[in-house]
Amino acid sequence: MVDIRSGADEVIPLAEVEDVELYHPKSWWTHYVFSQDAKIIAIQYSLTATAIGMVALVLSWLIRLQLGFPGTFNFIDADHYYQFITMHGMIMVIYLLTALFLGGFGNYLIPLMVGARDMVFPYANMLSYWLYLLAVLILAAGFFVPGGPTGAGWTLYPPQAVLSGTPGGQDWGILVMLSSLILFIIGFTMGGLNYVVTVLQGRARGMTLMRMPLTIWGIFTATVMALLAFPALFVACVMMLFDRLLGTSFFMPAIVEMGTQLKQGGGSPILFQHLFWFFGHPEVYIVALPAFGIVSDLISTHARKNIFGYRMMVWAIVIIGALSFVVWAHHMYVSGMNPNFGFFFATTTLIIAVPTAIKVYNWVLTLWRGDIHLTLPMLFALAFIVTFVNGGLTGLFLGNVVVDVPLSDTMFVVAHFHMVMGVAPIMVIFGAIYHWYPKVAGRMLNEAMGQIHFWVTFLGAYLIFFPMHYLGLLGIPRRYHELGETAFIPESAHTLNMFISVMALTVGAAQILFLFNLAWSLKRGRPSGGNPWRATTLEWQTPQTPPTHGNWGKELPVVYRWAYDYSVPGAAEDFIPQNQPGLGVPTREHAS
Amino acid sequence: MAVVLILVILAVGSVVFHLLSPWWWTPIASNWNYIDNTIIITFWITGFVFVAVVLFVAYCVLRFRHRPGNRAAYEPENKKLEVWLASVTAVGVAAMLTPGLFVWNQFVTVPAGATEVEVVGQQWLWSFRLPGANAKLGTSETRAIGDGNALGVNPNDPNGLDDIIIEGGELHLLVDKPVKMLLRSVDVLHDFYVPEFRAKMDMVPGMVTYFWFTPTRTGTFEVLCAELCGTGHPQMRGTVVVDNEADYQAWLEQQQTFTQLLAASQQPTAIASSTSPGK
Repeated sequence: MVDIRSGADEVIPLAEVEDVELYHPKSWWTHYVFSQDAKIIAIQYSLTATAIGMVALVLSWLIRLQLGFPGTFNFIDADHYYQFITMHGMIMVIYLLTALFLGGFGNYLIPLMVGARDMVFPYANMLSYWLYLLAVLILAAGFFVPGGPTGAGWTLYPPQAVLSGTPGGQDWGILVMLSSLILFIIGFTMGGLNYVVTVLQGRARGMTLMRMPLTIWGIFTATVMALLAFPALFVACVMMLFDRLLGTSFFMPAIVEMGTQLKQGGGSPILFQHLFWFFGHPEVYIVALPAFGIVSDLISTHARKNIFGYRMMVWAIVIIGALSFVVWAHHMYVSGMNPNFGFFFATTTLIIAVPTAIKVYNWVLTLWRGDIHLTLPMLFALAFIVTFVNGGLTGLFLGNVVVDVPLSDTMFVVAHFHMVMGVAPIMVIFGAIYHWYPKVAGRMLNEAMGQIHFWVTFLGAYLIFFPMHYLGLLGIPRRYHELGETAFIPESAHTLNMFISVMALTVGAAQILFLFNLAWSLKRGRPSGGNPWRATTLEWQTPQTPPTHGNWGKELPVVYRWAYDYSVPGAAEDFIPQNQPGLGVPTREHAS
Repeated sequence: MAVVLILVILAVGSVVFHLLSPWWWTPIASNWNYIDNTIIITFWITGFVFVAVVLFVAYCVLRFRHRPGNRAAYEPENKKLEVWLASVTAVGVAAMLTPGLFVWNQFVTVPAGATEVEVVGQQWLWSFRLPGANAKLGTSETRAIGDGNALGVNPNDPNGLDDIIIEGGELHLLVDKPVKMLLRSVDVLHDFYVPEFRAKMDMVPGMVTYFWFTPTRTGTFEVLCAELCGTGHPQMRGTVVVDNEADYQAWLEQQQTFTQLLAASQQPTAIASSTSPGK
């Protein structure tokens, strides 16, 4: 077996393809707006995702105001409530998390971390962002069209999504949503092909696949999955548009709506659910795998220790990615599909817990005998471990088919998926921003503001979602605009709902402090230098910080080692950059 | 160390919250206490893992946090440990999955003597249909819905003529008698959900879904809809009453058959006669 550590003395093959000249922007417009530089595109993606994410944050406040204080806020009627939860869910899953991890972090980090000058297809990369922006604008336009946005729930289940009993079903709402999703997928495909091809074709000399940082493995695998999963959603959206506009019956059986026989018939609502979740389950890992990868690098760097079990970590990412395509129907245990599916999907779902658990073990074993610096990225990484383990374990309830029966469609599900694919990946996003902001801005984020942001966000989010599981265990259904008089729901459940709402408002407010910190530190943050965390990976070895167009000097970097040479015995420093041949003191010469 | 302390409080606090929580499942009223037991097993295993991982992290932070002059160990892999951990995890997962699948097998196997009861969902109302004297439900289809036939029972199927139809009223069930709930919807997805019964299933227009259970105690239970079905979703409520034999028969005699409902809708003057007991 190959020793992953060795390689300092191996012969690095000559470049097979010559360095190519990049497109150089000629004006302010092509430099900052219609930019083909992956780093600018990454910032554009991130700012757009953050902006629409703030809309989702405000929506979550409104949702919680209604749930915590029902009847107090008259403008949140049932129609509005369902529109809010739908838009909140869709924005968070697709337009924020997917776009930020792949479009934001992917664009910024892939070329830098694999030692490339840019993405392989810069022009398509630029188009990817502009289609994403268009998709976001169309989505946001939903708030202003007649009838408002769709209130079908983010799962958009037909037939209700296209019928008049649902907000936007017979108005513009559902059309706007489906159009926006279709554009998003087209845009993502352009970006996604770029990320995959750049990882496969654009790596620097010596950067073998098994030397790549886990961040890149996570983003790469998630992108491959997204390219395979999004087409299912694309097809489902097109078919539903046809059902709604042309009167086809892909998802429409014979229906009597409010006493009227509809013309359509013969379609299958369950078919939509299969298509949706064939996309929807991999989507969970499209968000989770980049988080897995990034957090591995955060833990390793800030514990000054190599990631434990690197090869196992890579294989776990790949195996999780593959398995996640055969578990989708665990979202449909009580959908009315053939119940015998339950045996198969419960088994595959629980098997996926094994590679996932291995990842958790390797993160905590990386801390073992480390030299743990409790920096903000490390704090967020620890918060990720806690919330991800919590959310992952409740997945073992819902994945185990018979346990899912009483819990499905209750607040237990809401608590579970928020913890595991909301809170946990967002902890990684924050950790990653505190970690890489110095590379992007050349300045550190303010530590005091960061500490407040961390503690309020981490503890607040835990206090929101941990008790919420118990409301679901009690039997409170999700997607209820108001609980009304229900015999089995005690008064204390309303008190808990109030507490959760107050926490949600507080955690939301902390995010405003974070955004302020991002802006404030741009000018007033402490200058960071090129490698403030003393990290090994290539993005920290660029000749300039922030890196200029083309990333590297005249020569591309040459890679001599894996990404995790921290605290190597006998080395002068407690880290050895990937582009440094020996064990000595790192110098800039090797990079330029 | 604030971080260590908070992590320990978080782990211990979560367990204490679990033990003291006043928010716990409703008293069960069906045979599915197997499901409750599987949840308890799952709570024990996952709770142990959660506490162990968080305390381990807390210990690492306490023991290995940075002090001047510290240097981390260099240990890229430890194959024995990795294989050992993976194996223990696989055993834990199997310990949850095995009882789960065993109970699921019961869940999908309807006992031979189960009474069939049909639930029909529409925005935002529950209706029910019980087999009449011949103990058989007639066929039905959405296209047959019309005046006097709100559930779309096939008027040409003799089995359906004596079916008992309850539009928007209470459903009564006999205690300790297994029932197979046949679920239909005429418009959008719904889900027949009584927390005390534990079992639930979506109702899908265009097909008949089902689940079975045995009510194990008498009482009145609220039916909720558990699948988003439009603006009126939270208001879609119904009532199930579990009766002993005598109460059940008394209730049954008050109900109307499909034939009576059809007749009533064709001759408005016949309404008076339709209030007489069924059969």
